Amino acid sequence: MTADRPGDRLTVRKTFKLYIGGAFPRSESGRSFVVRDAEGRFWANAAQASRKDARDAVVAARTAQPGWAARAPYLRGQVLYRVAEVLEGRKAQFAAEVGRGEGLAAPRAEEVVDAAIDRWVWYAGWADKVGQVLGGANPVAGPYFNLSTPEPTGVVAVVAPQESSLLGLVSVVAPVVATGNTVVVIASERVPLPAVTLAEVLATSDVPGGVVNLLTGRVAEIAPWLASHLDVDALDLTGAGGADSDEPTGQLAGELEAAAAENLKRVRRPPVVPEDWTADPGMDRLRWTLEIKTVWHPVGV
Amino acid sequence: MVFDYAPAPESRSVVDLRSSYGLFIDGAFVDATGPDRMKTVNPATEEVLAEVGVADAADVDRAVAAARRAHTAVWGAMPGRERAKYLYRIARIVQERARELAVAESLDNGKPIRESRDVDLPLAAAWFFHYAGWADKLEHAGFGPDPQPLGVAGQVIPWNFPLLMLAWKIAPALACGNTVVLKPAETTPLTALLFAEICQQADLPPGVVNIVTGPGATGQALVEHAGVDKVAFTGSTAVGRQIARTLAGTSKRLTLELGGKAANVVFEDAPLDQAVEGIVNGIFFNQGHVCCAGSRLLVQESVHDDVLERLKRRMAELRVGDPLDKNTDVGAINSAAQLARIRELSAAGDAEGAERWSAPCALPDHGFWFAPTLFTGVTQAHRIAREEIFGPVLSVLTFRTPAEAVAKANNTPYGLSAGVWSEKGSRILWMAAQLRAGVVWANTFNVFDPASPFGGYKESGYGREGGRHGLEGYLR
Repeated sequence: MTADRPGDRLTVRKTFKLYIGGAFPRSESGRSFVVRDAEGRFWANAAQASRKDARDAVVAARTAQPGWAARAPYLRGQVLYRVAEVLEGRKAQFAAEVGRGEGLAAPRAEEVVDAAIDRWVWYAGWADKVGQVLGGANPVAGPYFNLSTPEPTGVVAVVAPQESSLLGLVSVVAPVVATGNTVVVIASERVPLPAVTLAEVLATSDVPGGVVNLLTGRVAEIAPWLASHLDVDALDLTGAGGADSDEPTGQLAGELEAAAAENLKRVRRPPVVPEDWTADPGMDRLRWTLEIKTVWHPVGV
Repeated sequence: MVFDYAPAPESRSVVDLRSSYGLFIDGAFVDATGPDRMKTVNPATEEVLAEVGVADAADVDRAVAAARRAHTAVWGAMPGRERAKYLYRIARIVQERARELAVAESLDNGKPIRESRDVDLPLAAAWFFHYAGWADKLEHAGFGPDPQPLGVAGQVIPWNFPLLMLAWKIAPALACGNTVVLKPAETTPLTALLFAEICQQADLPPGVVNIVTGPGATGQALVEHAGVDKVAFTGSTAVGRQIARTLAGTSKRLTLELGGKAANVVFEDAPLDQAVEGIVNGIFFNQGHVCCAGSRLLVQESVHDDVLERLKRRMAELRVGDPLDKNTDVGAINSAAQLARIRELSAAGDAEGAERWSAPCALPDHGFWFAPTLFTGVTQAHRIAREEIFGPVLSVLTFRTPAEAVAKANNTPYGLSAGVWSEKGSRILWMAAQLRAGVVWANTFNVFDPASPFGGYKESGYGREGGRHGLEGYLR
């Protein structure tokens, strides 16, 4: 990072905002919070999202969802692959931000960014394969054509991992949108800025506005509004408690899960042991936001 | 008042063909060992487009050795996610150069630019894109927890969809970690040679893809080569049979996508205008040079006259001519030999008593052309009902009951595809269950997708190409 040294050109700093419905608003509450780098120095003021921002994000996600799900899986795959192409071009910026935020030396930060890009590519490739792997014809005992197909559950709220600000974030968001869901994600509270930069990538690739909506701020403040929101279909608590959060007791996650029960959201509980975001993720995170639809049709002349 | 079509030719300037091409071996264009060259011509004008090398057994040997080295040293052990990224690159370059490739394809093959531009090229790119995504997901494909590549694949493809067939062959092979030696058809080598340039632009490691051009003898040398672990062939049933005999007793794996004589079954409750569009698409798409073409129309007796009247009216609207004209529906027959075959079988139709009707259309003076044609009064014994014509010739038969439709549809040694036209879902699904064919299109025809397996029953070959199922032929 270029320091503001005397004699050097003064750098233009970026205002870190929310990403809702394809636009970058400040919080409607007018609040911001101080983001510090891994060494505790001031880095930036980030927008501190409010209840209203969370609700706006859900509206944007809901509005975008039918159109996103209706795109051919192949096209969704291409759109998401395009994100990886744009990510690759901004690798240096991500490596700098991830390094500064997570306190990683440059080579390690670059590895993490490489892994995040490859992870995005991996999930992009799933878009037109999930149906064939998870769906199929069912051999029922009667003259019926019987076919099961996975479909997206709808709007998914995600509390992103707190430690892994980019690779972890990509690993929880990409599988959800690959299958046609839309998402409202609360970025890592301590290292939110790589997430905002990821939002800039999404905004300048071909992903329609509203497919991914990003909130920065206090998890304990925002997450309850998403957990109790009746237009949210699923809730990922990965960063909300337990091993990948700042709140290891898991009390908040339990409360959020209880709130989510009101409209029977599909809930993904926080991991018991910290997730290794560099490991092969398997299909787990693709499955949990899918509904299986089974169609029956008689067979006969 | 009649408005005629003005010519709307696609520009040839997007294609920069060299006058001469070598073989593509180990990442570079090299001269063939022997002195022989062959010319590839534009079937619409008989103009020579380029000279290409004729690979002999020594050249095939070099190519197989390069593929083996690449498999052992680089490609076979490369992590799937890295192979995936190469294939994504190829997919993107095919998309970027799509117009150039489409024009080259129409020049070399004779197919209308509308088809090469809107069908062949988008599908070829999609095939690479789809299989790129499989390269790092093979353990999820249902072939065991740790599926392995076979090694070197020898692939021989036909002239009807030159680049698309290349994509069908190369994309899954590479995704699974195999390296390939591919022989394009004798009359349509150009897009495969342009594809070799694409491999270079993608920085694909040398030897992963090798292209050897030549006649049938080149293909035979490839198929017989001891260093090949798997043979994939698309072409005629006669050659497929020969290959199966050649490979008998060896450890080589084989997949075959061969001929067809598809029944396109139209019930009286079908939406007839839609069915007529489907019949036309089924047999006149790509001049009928389609192994899954709906070449036998089985129409229910009660709507026979109605369907035929609509069909003839529609056929009379087909625009036959310059493949590069964007208005053209039916282009040139690919070669003089194929034209002779179509004429010979059509003459047999006349001789055996079927009644010929051809669309009234002017045909160009040069090149190889055959007007869209149908035969009525065809019986199951006629040659035009039994043999694959592979041209724009439709044989019309009738039936009364669904059972009779099934019996007639299945009365063929082939089993690649079939069509059913009806508004009744349960009947469509019943027919689909009865038909001995690998692909059944209902109220549509000739649709393809990289996610959808394609391949035949019976003497139309074995193995499937497309989707998860298409990986099986390249894994152990």
